[in-house]
Amino acid sequence: MTAAVLLGHGLVIASALFVIGLVGVLVRRNLLFQLLSIEIMLNAAGMAFVIAGARWGQADGQVMFIFILVMAAAEVAVGLALLLRVSRQVRDLDGDAVSAMRG
Amino acid sequence: MIVLFYLASAVALVAAAMAISRRNAFHALLYVVVSLLAVAVVFFTIGAPFAGALEIIVYAGAIIVLFVFVVMMLNLGPNSVRIEDGFLTPAMWIGPGILALILLAELVVIISGIGGGVTGAAIGPREVGLALFGPYVVAVEVASFLLLAGLVGAAYLGSGARVSGGDR
Repeated sequence: MTAAVLLGHGLVIASALFVIGLVGVLVRRNLLFQLLSIEIMLNAAGMAFVIAGARWGQADGQVMFIFILVMAAAEVAVGLALLLRVSRQVRDLDGDAVSAMRG
Repeated sequence: MIVLFYLASAVALVAAAMAISRRNAFHALLYVVVSLLAVAVVFFTIGAPFAGALEIIVYAGAIIVLFVFVVMMLNLGPNSVRIEDGFLTPAMWIGPGILALILLAELVVIISGIGGGVTGAAIGPREVGLALFGPYVVAVEVASFLLLAGLVGAAYLGSGARVSGGDR
């Protein structure tokens, strides 16, 4: 098993993981599940970086993974705060329930 | 080691697919944790131990715990006791448990060295740290700004302060 084959398979797996997250965002209407799906998608993107970095033996892939990790942490903090806000205001976590904006 | 890579990848994909198809938020969170742990095992097998450790510490350890806190806060009320009863049913933990056991078996194989070395040369924390604070030091500063902005935003949104135009 050469490293190039491993890279190809790893990228396919990361893409499949990304698509699973994308399907989750598109299919689910619950905001909590959509946030979870976004986490899965970010995770898949980071996985692609790490696999590519391992293929060429460079540390840059893991560095980019750390940046994705930081972004995911900031995103989930703001996203969950917004989620709590929405659940407090509309008493529901349905994404369609907050489709109308006011003010 | 190749087998471990594909096995962990399969666990990650199955767990992610199960996570987005659950109706109960706690079921989904359990499956997401297993998926993240599986991705961490993938990182270990391809020779990125630092990324694998960060995956467990930050993703499974911090981000998912944040999700658990929020789900707990949303479940406040009389029906929370009924949901607590639901935690103890086998249907809740049997799926994630089996997938996690597969990962545990992989970890045992890795530690006991049956599977041989990692695929290719491992890139340790030293190389990552040198790259992070060498050519990428500006990006590290920008990431710290992003974290600060996320902190301020989450603190404001979570404080219950009245948003202009809000009706509550």
